[in-house]
Amino acid sequence: MSDAPLMIAYADLDKSFDGGRVKAVDAVSLGVAAGEFLAIVGGSGSGKTTLLRLTNRLIDADRGQIRIAGEDIRTADPIALRRRIGYVFQSAALFPHLSVAANIGITPKLLGWPARAIAARVDELLDLVRLDRAAHRDRFPQELSGGQRQRVGVARALAARPQIVLMDEPFGALDPLTRDALGEDFRALHERLGLTTIMITHDITEALLLADRVAVMRGGQLLAQGTPAELSHSDDAYVGELLRTPRRQAARLAELLPRDDRA
Amino acid sequence: MNPFSDPRWGEALAHLPDYLGNHVRVSIAALALGLAVSLPLAIIARNRPALRATLLGFASIVQTVPGLALLALFYPLLLALAALSLQWFGVGFSAFGFLPAVLALALYSMLPVLRNTITGLNGVDPALIEAAQGVGMTPRQTLTMVELPLALPVMMAGIRTAAVWVIGTATLSTPIGQSSLGNYIFAGLQTQNWVLVLFGCAAAAVLALAVDQLLALVETGLRLRSRARAALGGIGIVALVAATLAPSWGQTKSSYMVGAKTFAEQYVLSALIAQRLRAAGLSATTREGLGSNVIYDAVASGDIDVYVDYSGTLWANQFHHSDIKPRAELLADLKLELAKAKVTLLGELGFENAYALVMPRARAEALKIRSIADLAAHAATLSIAGDYEFFSRPEWAGLQRAYGLAFHAQRTMQPDFMYAAAGSGEVDVIAGYTSDGLIAKYDLVVLDDPRHAIPPYDAIVLLAPQRAGDAALRAALQPLLGRIDIATMRQANLRAAGGDGASSQDAVARWLWDRIGQR
Repeated sequence: MSDAPLMIAYADLDKSFDGGRVKAVDAVSLGVAAGEFLAIVGGSGSGKTTLLRLTNRLIDADRGQIRIAGEDIRTADPIALRRRIGYVFQSAALFPHLSVAANIGITPKLLGWPARAIAARVDELLDLVRLDRAAHRDRFPQELSGGQRQRVGVARALAARPQIVLMDEPFGALDPLTRDALGEDFRALHERLGLTTIMITHDITEALLLADRVAVMRGGQLLAQGTPAELSHSDDAYVGELLRTPRRQAARLAELLPRDDRA
Repeated sequence: MNPFSDPRWGEALAHLPDYLGNHVRVSIAALALGLAVSLPLAIIARNRPALRATLLGFASIVQTVPGLALLALFYPLLLALAALSLQWFGVGFSAFGFLPAVLALALYSMLPVLRNTITGLNGVDPALIEAAQGVGMTPRQTLTMVELPLALPVMMAGIRTAAVWVIGTATLSTPIGQSSLGNYIFAGLQTQNWVLVLFGCAAAAVLALAVDQLLALVETGLRLRSRARAALGGIGIVALVAATLAPSWGQTKSSYMVGAKTFAEQYVLSALIAQRLRAAGLSATTREGLGSNVIYDAVASGDIDVYVDYSGTLWANQFHHSDIKPRAELLADLKLELAKAKVTLLGELGFENAYALVMPRARAEALKIRSIADLAAHAATLSIAGDYEFFSRPEWAGLQRAYGLAFHAQRTMQPDFMYAAAGSGEVDVIAGYTSDGLIAKYDLVVLDDPRHAIPPYDAIVLLAPQRAGDAALRAALQPLLGRIDIATMRQANLRAAGGDGASSQDAVARWLWDRIGQR
């Protein structure tokens, strides 16, 4: 773990559903440094989405503690907390009855920003996510492609200038090319804006390529965490299995796509 | 021949501003009240399964109550409430007409609004509700900014259904004293004036379609987020309401309200009274088609000023006496009873409209039946038909007791069809009315009542408490008292059932006045 102060710290966190029958998050402790990009990888039912939802108090933990910038979030007003944390939803989840501009400007509007400031911020964000201002501002979500929609989703998350962005499988429903472009673009935004990002994904390759650090979850428990290099030395069988696919693909691709100068 | 040259079209059109205006007024008020109650209830109940089931169950049960009965039930309920309110708070209100109609129709509008609002809200994608929470909306903001806008098309569909139901059912508010397009239908059915029935149905249908289409415009406007469409629909509705309300604002409030029950003779007599009042320089309007349970309370509470009732009806139904007295004695006692309620019995018109057992002359002669006593011997092989209330009235119990009548079968019929049924032999005996002109038309004979089981039914004029000392009103009505004999009234009633231009109640009332005024 780096020396930077922790932006988000999970300590011994438990969360179960259905009256305790399903343990979704089981004794998870994890720290995310300020400015870090953490990817949490796991299959369905691994508890990764639950962990994300606990972070902005969409749900509350049964036991344990979450600190954000040192403050225990149980003492924070959940509404105010959510307004200062950006959240990018699976398949964007844009409001279909609102225009692109109104979707992006929703959190500033809830915070009571003046209309002119919101409009200026919307234009700024459209530039930031590389959507043409004039062509997209007044359109409705159903008129956009999947990639454009998720760009709007990212812009909406960033609108109120959060320091933290939570992403729930943000690029999962996109075609590989769009997905790659969006991932790269977001990574650049993360650097440029000095964000602290947690991204949930089931795709280990995406996690390795985008994140500074990767955490692996299974059955509600945190199995391993570390940089890609650190993970590659993990002796956990499940982690080894997860890494086998990208390794094999990398080797195969290297064979298939020899550089001209090596031919 | 031009079918629109029939003078009844003109008569129907003349009433349109009044009836349509009242119809729209009562429908809009009921719909507004229904929405104001149903929408918050639906929002509260949507995530509470027990409450939701209870509410929808209640609204469904209300829906199964026939509209006419629901409306009729609200009148006594409100009358009791008004009495309580007067006793406890010193404030009374009119339980007649507008208020019971609005309450009953509002109740009627609840089911589609409740059901569609709950369905619409519960149909919003949970991912969007989570997104709303995620971007920092409070539960109230989630409701108003995300859930309601997304549920709106489904909710609007429910509101449209409710609007059409309310406008249709409002035609049934006529018998509880609320003028509506139903006045055409009730009057037309009673006087066999099919032009009026058709006119009323068509007007109500056109109004319902117009409102439905305008709401549809608002709905698609909201769904397609087209401000222009939504605004156009909204303006259309406002314009429709304004246009139908404007003519009735222009009318001066009438000083005298003349009531009429739901049959042809009553329509004619109320028209006659209104004509006499106008001839005396007083302004008068008629309030027709009032249920016989409603009309006496309406005069006692001053909602109408004058109407014609029948001594035996009041004696047995209103004051619940089971003993039957000779005419003069019954009238004197009735006068005392009415005085207790401060209702004035101004006098008798001169004829009786009693229930009587009636059968085809040829059949009666063949069976040698001249009185009900003769009939009793043959009753076991004969069938009898009566109007909707006859078999539950004390007269029927009295007849059965006095003569030991037991018929082979008994049926209930619309009074106007009853005589034709007797004439064609479809039923053997009917419980008709002595003043009905159809007795002569179908060659029927009224059977004697030697044991006086049926009380006297003198037509009497009643005045509301506030009109007791009204000399101008008394003077205007004086020329009618004791002047209408049974033969004249039968002729008038036959004319009213004529089904042509001369059968309108105003025309018959003028004819009647010509006959009695010159004597």
